[in-house]
Amino acid sequence: MATMEIRSASKNYGTIRVLDDINLDIGDGEFIVLVGPSGCGKSTLLRMIAGLEEITGGEIRIDDKVMNALPPKARDIAMVFQSYALYPHMSVADNMSYSLRLRKTDKPTIAEKVGAASAKLGLDALLERKPKALSGGQRQRVAMGRAIVRQPKAFLFDEPLSNLDARLREHMRAEIRKLHRELGATSIYVTHDQVEAMTLADRIVAMHGGHIQQVGTPLELYDRPANLFVAGFIGSPGMNFLKGDIADRSLHLRDGRTVALPAEMPATMGEATLGIRPEHVVLSPAGEAGLETTVDLVEPTGHGIILHLTLAGTVFKVLTHDRRWLEPGSSVGVSFPAEALHLFNAEGVRV
Amino acid sequence: MTATRLFGTLAHRAAILCFIAFALFPLYWLLKVSVTPNDLLYSEGVRMWPSRTTLDHFRFVLANSEFPRFFANSLIVSGTTALISTALAALMGYALSRFQFRGKLWLAGLLLVTQMFPLVMLVAPIFKILSPLGLTNSLTGLVIVYTAFNVPFASFLMQGFFDGIPSDLEQAAMIDGADRFTAFRHIILPLALPGVAATLGFVFTAAWSEMIFALMLISGSEKATFPVGLLTFVSKFSVDYGQMMAAGVLALIPACLFFLLIQRYLVQGMTAGAVKG
Repeated sequence: MATMEIRSASKNYGTIRVLDDINLDIGDGEFIVLVGPSGCGKSTLLRMIAGLEEITGGEIRIDDKVMNALPPKARDIAMVFQSYALYPHMSVADNMSYSLRLRKTDKPTIAEKVGAASAKLGLDALLERKPKALSGGQRQRVAMGRAIVRQPKAFLFDEPLSNLDARLREHMRAEIRKLHRELGATSIYVTHDQVEAMTLADRIVAMHGGHIQQVGTPLELYDRPANLFVAGFIGSPGMNFLKGDIADRSLHLRDGRTVALPAEMPATMGEATLGIRPEHVVLSPAGEAGLETTVDLVEPTGHGIILHLTLAGTVFKVLTHDRRWLEPGSSVGVSFPAEALHLFNAEGVRV
Repeated sequence: MTATRLFGTLAHRAAILCFIAFALFPLYWLLKVSVTPNDLLYSEGVRMWPSRTTLDHFRFVLANSEFPRFFANSLIVSGTTALISTALAALMGYALSRFQFRGKLWLAGLLLVTQMFPLVMLVAPIFKILSPLGLTNSLTGLVIVYTAFNVPFASFLMQGFFDGIPSDLEQAAMIDGADRFTAFRHIILPLALPGVAATLGFVFTAAWSEMIFALMLISGSEKATFPVGLLTFVSKFSVDYGQMMAAGVLALIPACLFFLLIQRYLVQGMTAGAVKG
């Protein structure tokens, strides 16, 4: 149980700045997901919180205590690694009890705590096995068990599910969420998978290029992305962007066509980008309404169909449940409901 | 199984067998001479096995020669050198594998440089250094010299083994509540046991068979190690091959025992299952 504050934290590797002016407040019991493409600095930030990386500038506090110079063991946090990092020469039970043994916990307490954790994770039958005799999912569970067994102040997860196959990942995702509800511990979870971020997080921290781009609940990031990066990163398939100039309350596309803008958007502002999510685009038969274009590619996913169109020279995706436009080459009209439009200025910031 | 595959397997096995025979033949000859009675040694010509065998040479070497003392000296020097070198090399190898520090490249370079010189070049200066310290004609002096010469290579050897152990493991231990050295002892060292065993074996055999320094730094038979002691079987007028070979066979025993002891650690694969896979 802990609160965390990160104040203007930065990290340099030599002369290269990988994290710059990171500010973040994390409430007690909150589930925070750091999400971004690889190289955005999310894992580095997590490792700075863990004490595995030095902090170049700024401050990290846990429960109002400055952590900057403290070694990992003094921070009372647990971490689940992407590689699981199970101790190969120890049995599952020994892996889970290692932290307790280091703290000279007495044997009955250890047995009780390991028992409780293994029951919670369904590891009872595996306690005597060595890690190499476990499947990927089981190893992942042991790594979780090792983290929860000593009831730390906070849990850190470094892409814990990326080595599992899709089905198992979905299953473990739900289990992590359930575990968090039961334990209520402050958690910070790093992933590059925006679906994981959306489904797990109380709040998402979207990162790019060593900077925080936006902090908010999953739906805030989905509904009101702060900039082009967040808009493109959250959601699958990603948001469509149409570039052009705004004049006379409409967006003038590069191909000369126009998209009318709703009243609350600025009437004139020069260069701008209009965003619309594939699932919000409305399709109609060619010539009836909207901008006319042709279907280039059809990707049926089962629960929907992703159509690839070309609009103003760029790929434009539409997610539909209507099976009328299954034929590549067929003509369709696309129109955009006013409430689903996102407008970004020339710098890529939401208007 | 098809005929070609059968032939391939046979050829493969035969090639291995040829190689083993080639490698082991000198050892066989050593054993053969050591059990050949003196009167047959020159009279029977070249034979694979003498018509009559004897253990007299072994009896003589063990009872009447100074060989047991040489043997004990060698055991002390090689054992101590192996232990000290491996301990130092483990620490050094770990540092080279895990830490970034100023002058690391230079240090590694210097370690390599020490391996470039032929040992003979260094005998005189080392004698000059050791003699005022009273470390000539002393087993301690030999241990120091052997350790100094073995640590660089042993460090690189250990570094390689540590490089093969994911650093996630000790980071996990440090988050679990260990400091770095505890993590090293509890997690990394047990996983590096194959490496430790290989290094021990390497240094032990290097020290066991070292001749130049033992010959130059030790005078008299009191402190002689067995490679030097073997020379006592060469007298002005004759070479007692039978006894020399018997001593040689006895000298092989500890090296063999040592490898028998550590061979199960030489088997790799201890880290399987640590990380994904």
